Amino acid sequence: MKGIGIFNLRFQVILVLSWRNLWRNHRRTIIMLAAISVGVWAMIFMTALMRGMVDDMLKQGIQNLPGHIQIHHPDFRDDPSIVNSIDEPSGNLLDALNDPATKAWSTRIKVPAVIASERETRGINLLGIEPGKETLLSGIGDQIIEGRFLRDSNDNGLIIGAKLAERLETRVGKRVVVISQDPDNNIAERGFKVVGIYKAKMPRLEEFNVYAALESLQDLLKIKPQISQISIVGEDFRDIALLYHRLKLATPENLEIKTWYELDAYLKYMLNMMDGFVLVWVIIIFLALSFGLVNTLAMAVFERVHEIGLIQALGMRPGMIVYQILLESLLLLLMGLSIGNLLAFITVKPLESGMDISIVAEGMAMMGASSMLYPSLTAADMILANMVVIILGILTSILPAWRAAQLDPVRALHST
Amino acid sequence: MSSIRCIQLCKTFRQGDEIITGLDHVDIVVDKGEFVCLSGPSGSGKTTLLNAIGGLDTPDSGEIHMDGIRIDMLAKGPLADMRLHNIGFVFQAYNLIPVLTAQENVEFVMQVQGVAAAERAQKARDILKEVGLVGMEDRKPAQLSGGQQQRVAVARAIASQPKLVLADEPTANLDTVASSQLMNLFSELNQHHRVTFIIATHDKRVMAYAKRLIKMEDGKIISDEMQAPILDEN
Repeated sequence: MKGIGIFNLRFQVILVLSWRNLWRNHRRTIIMLAAISVGVWAMIFMTALMRGMVDDMLKQGIQNLPGHIQIHHPDFRDDPSIVNSIDEPSGNLLDALNDPATKAWSTRIKVPAVIASERETRGINLLGIEPGKETLLSGIGDQIIEGRFLRDSNDNGLIIGAKLAERLETRVGKRVVVISQDPDNNIAERGFKVVGIYKAKMPRLEEFNVYAALESLQDLLKIKPQISQISIVGEDFRDIALLYHRLKLATPENLEIKTWYELDAYLKYMLNMMDGFVLVWVIIIFLALSFGLVNTLAMAVFERVHEIGLIQALGMRPGMIVYQILLESLLLLLMGLSIGNLLAFITVKPLESGMDISIVAEGMAMMGASSMLYPSLTAADMILANMVVIILGILTSILPAWRAAQLDPVRALHST
Repeated sequence: MSSIRCIQLCKTFRQGDEIITGLDHVDIVVDKGEFVCLSGPSGSGKTTLLNAIGGLDTPDSGEIHMDGIRIDMLAKGPLADMRLHNIGFVFQAYNLIPVLTAQENVEFVMQVQGVAAAERAQKARDILKEVGLVGMEDRKPAQLSGGQQQRVAVARAIASQPKLVLADEPTANLDTVASSQLMNLFSELNQHHRVTFIIATHDKRVMAYAKRLIKMEDGKIISDEMQAPILDEN
């Protein structure tokens, strides 16, 4: 206890010395403080912009089909044909799907097919959907730019993408023929009237995804009441572990349940890459800052050689001198971080409702992001930036601190 | 019982191509409660000897014992602890910590020693009063005159009740009155608190206060005599 008491008293004295020494050269401290604050602000602000962009890309990617979690036939991913269909959910699985923790879910049919107009024929993904539920999942109902969306599961209309309509040289109100296979490998074909055209945020999807009502497709493919997949959405695509676990317990063993990042490795890599990029970005900014920080501390030590010699002569252990210089650095960093975090909060929060970047919309669309950017200020990114600054800041301060502690007291006392 | 014993101390310095002798086989024993003055011309080795005894500098050869502990062999940390708990320094150039007030400067050593806040504050106030600095406790060194700063430095040196005070030309920057006041204070502490003093000086008025006068030249002790101290008439 006595040892702790002495440490506290020594800590108090080095805290007072550190704080007051920091303000001996106001101008230098303020300049360094400004550099740290702007650096931290830049770290967090740019990270929020990048995070917002990648989140948007991920959301688009996840929305445009897999959902957050998907249940399907174990062979469906290798062979997405009609033979790998499953029964509509029932029993425990249906109860789990209807649990309030599940934000939305829907059943789908997904089969490869061919679509033909009077002028052109193309290969497509034919999707049988429950219109009401599907809008909650993929937002397709909100992407209609011409005509209307499907009314119900018996609707006989067809929704095609704007790009596909252009390729097929067709339009709303015209008829097209859809050709696929039933489970017995017989040709299943039917004429559909195009009732709506959608514009996807990811243009490549417009060419391939064609939507029909679930029951219409079940009739066409003679698989009633079977489906290809159950797609589920939770509250946050980053935090689906609990939902996945709960649904997995309720899923029959003959079905496969997968998360979005298992279904789409590209999206997972994109998220990992973003996390890595944030760390690299934060470290690069810090490296620029560290030169100023080391220089400030080295100057502070250089100017106080005489004083350091004095406190050594008075009986301050070398270790305490190291702590004093490190504490000086820590105080500077903490002040810079506080201001930088506050600046980031003040500047990012008003932009969270969306930044119009339509001037570069085409480029963003190519990457799968929309023309509105929603900066995302996450606690994890802020903690990362703060931790990097504190840990690396202290590490870079060790050299000047160690040098101060190694000064020869006699020489130091004779320096001016 | 001897408090300090130096055996065959040698120390040389390199200045360009020249090697300067700081201490040349110095033997000295200083008993507890002695009041010793080291005198001699500049470069005679007074400060080098003080620095060696205070553990600020390491001799090239020889031994330094303090209360039976060989301090020239101690590592930096234990040596710092030894200085903290046993030695008070008074330097020629005052050497106060500029960011601390007079009171905080006096409290500094006690705080590092781990003396509780109330106790050290009271001690610091008492000692500042003793050295005639009442009402100046909250002033920073830059707001004090040279004499006042030196008195704060003395207060700091004695506040932690060291066994030994090492003073290097303590009156060099003081006027006659301030010098007398300071030396009277040293004499009083020596007589009443049995604090050992070793003072390096070439001020004859300071030497007059010493009970023992050691003369040095070229790093050697050339004379070591006891004398009757002449106390200030004031």
